[in-house]
Amino acid sequence: MGGILKLAYKLLVNDRAKFLTLLVGISFAVFLMIMMMSMFAGVLNRASATVINIGADIWVMDPSVQTVANTIGLPGYVLDATRSIPGVKFAVPLFSGGALVKLGNGTYQAVNVVGLDDTSLFGRPRMLEGSIQDIFAENSFIVLHDSEFHKFGDPKIGTTFELNDHRGKIVGIAETTSSSLFGVPTLYTTYYRAIQYIPNPRFTISYVLVEPKTPADIPLIKQQVKALGYLALTREEFQQRISDFYMYQTGIGMNILLMTGISFIVGLSISGQTFYTFILENLDKFGALKAIGTSSRVLIFMILFQASFTALTGYGLGVGLCTLSTTLAKMRLPDYASRITYPSLLLALVMVTIIAAFSSYIGVRKVLRIEPFDIFRG
Amino acid sequence: MPTVAIKAVGLTKGFGEGEARTVALRDVNLEMYFGEMVYVVGPSGSGKTTLLSVLSGILRPDTGTVLSEGVDLWSLKNDELAAFRLSKIGFVFQDYHLFPRLTTAENVAIPLILKRKNWDESLVEAAKYLDIVGLKGRADLPPVKLSGGEQQRVAIARAIVGQPDILIMDEPTASLDGDTGRSIVSFVKENILNQNRCILIVTHDSRIYEFASRILHMEDGRLTNEEKGKEDED
Ligand SMILES: Nc1ncnc2c1ncn2[C@@H]1O[C@H](COP(=O)(O)OP(=O)(O)O)[C@@H](O)[C@H]1O
Ligand SMILES: [Mg+2]
Repeated sequence: MGGILKLAYKLLVNDRAKFLTLLVGISFAVFLMIMMMSMFAGVLNRASATVINIGADIWVMDPSVQTVANTIGLPGYVLDATRSIPGVKFAVPLFSGGALVKLGNGTYQAVNVVGLDDTSLFGRPRMLEGSIQDIFAENSFIVLHDSEFHKFGDPKIGTTFELNDHRGKIVGIAETTSSSLFGVPTLYTTYYRAIQYIPNPRFTISYVLVEPKTPADIPLIKQQVKALGYLALTREEFQQRISDFYMYQTGIGMNILLMTGISFIVGLSISGQTFYTFILENLDKFGALKAIGTSSRVLIFMILFQASFTALTGYGLGVGLCTLSTTLAKMRLPDYASRITYPSLLLALVMVTIIAAFSSYIGVRKVLRIEPFDIFRG
Repeated sequence: MPTVAIKAVGLTKGFGEGEARTVALRDVNLEMYFGEMVYVVGPSGSGKTTLLSVLSGILRPDTGTVLSEGVDLWSLKNDELAAFRLSKIGFVFQDYHLFPRLTTAENVAIPLILKRKNWDESLVEAAKYLDIVGLKGRADLPPVKLSGGEQQRVAIARAIVGQPDILIMDEPTASLDGDTGRSIVSFVKENILNQNRCILIVTHDSRIYEFASRILHMEDGRLTNEEKGKEDED
């Protein structure tokens, strides 16, 4: 079969103009599809930034909470009740909320403030500069070194600012795994200070973070929290809930889906059309091959090979283009929220396979219909 | 006693239905032998191409049988027929049907490649056949760079590279000028025809009649009469 593949390959590739059109069509479609999905994946990842950064196994929240940013305060008894559930190793409160900061140069900047449990500092970030213990000193805040860091005026240890008319001081700079979607810097402080500095409605606990004794205890914990009238989600479930919100309740998901679909249709029509023209122009040649004694099986094999070779090459180019442009964009814009994920690569591959299958189908149908007798009749 | 290459009995073939029906073959019987070059001649529309297609396993007749080397062609399945054509029959189409984007040698190598022969060996073999048809040194050119007569020779090389027992040529001189046409047919007779091969040529070009072993006249779907070739031969 090697020689036959090479023959099919030459027939395809030697038609430079058509082959290039096919490649451009498919690469472009793959590029668009993956870019769209990557942007979305980036957005979703950032939307869950706090969940990822804090890293607690179980999050207890009001059942109406949709995203990590829109918190609904929990009454204090939820914390106590959670602590008494068997299987809970420990449970701590977390504060998460927005505030306005007046920087040293007099400008205002919105920030997100995370208040960590005073006794355990559970969910504390990894320090780049300074010591986490300094968080207990008066007016102390730790700033996350994320992509929004510079909006805080590139603070150093000792930088001071005002937060809701309270004095604040940077005592440490911490690392982050995920930047936030909302484009504001993040400050960490203690839970107690956070609720003092930031005006709140009656209930001040944003989330209760729970560490189970063993993973086997998780179902019981969830069930007991539910009995209290609240919702306990694992980290992954919470991230999924946030993703679902952006996917299904914001229009972002629909738009991404639409763009992905359009890219797919564009790729499908460009390459389907070009492949069809390629087959049509070579129809008499396929007829001659048939007359000479090529079985239908071999003809189908040749066309399948041509279609899948083009599709896979186009796919490779498209993925390469995505990687290149994402890398370039990230070099220029640290905020660039795009992540090429395996599912999106896989989905694009599936779509390219559909394009190849569709193109082969119309090609095969056409070629099988040729009567070699017509070759003689000219 | 020469051996029968192809024997056809009671061939009929019609196209279309009702008013539009044309009958292209009406009870055609013939025998062709190894070592001879048979012409089928006749006016346009008399059924020559149809006959050639039925004889070579390309077009199924309505009735009748075609026997070749003990095989009843039209009892074979489609894939078996294709395999039969690939191994036993060489075709030279009227419009050549060369692949413009392959080199001359690659065009010639196609039947070998279809027979699963390795690519490089096929090309070496193809180059030999290009030598035989007088196109030494043209192996790497695309066919469009060649003249009409040269392209005809490429088509002949492709038809014989697989060493078929039967060579079939449809109007081989139709797109060539008189001298080129004559020289090609003469070349085929001198170099391609042998005792183990039978050549069937469909033509209405009387300038090449002199090379025929036998000439079968066709009219309105029937073989009307038969002439011995002009050259005296045994
Ligand atoms: N596929 C076809 N459909 C309808 N009529 C056909 C077809 N092929 C051949 N014919 C008719 O059959 C007759 C014989 O055709 P053909 O064998 O091509 O003649 P020749 O080769 O002698 O010119 C003609 O009348 C032609 O119109
Ligand atoms: Mg004809």
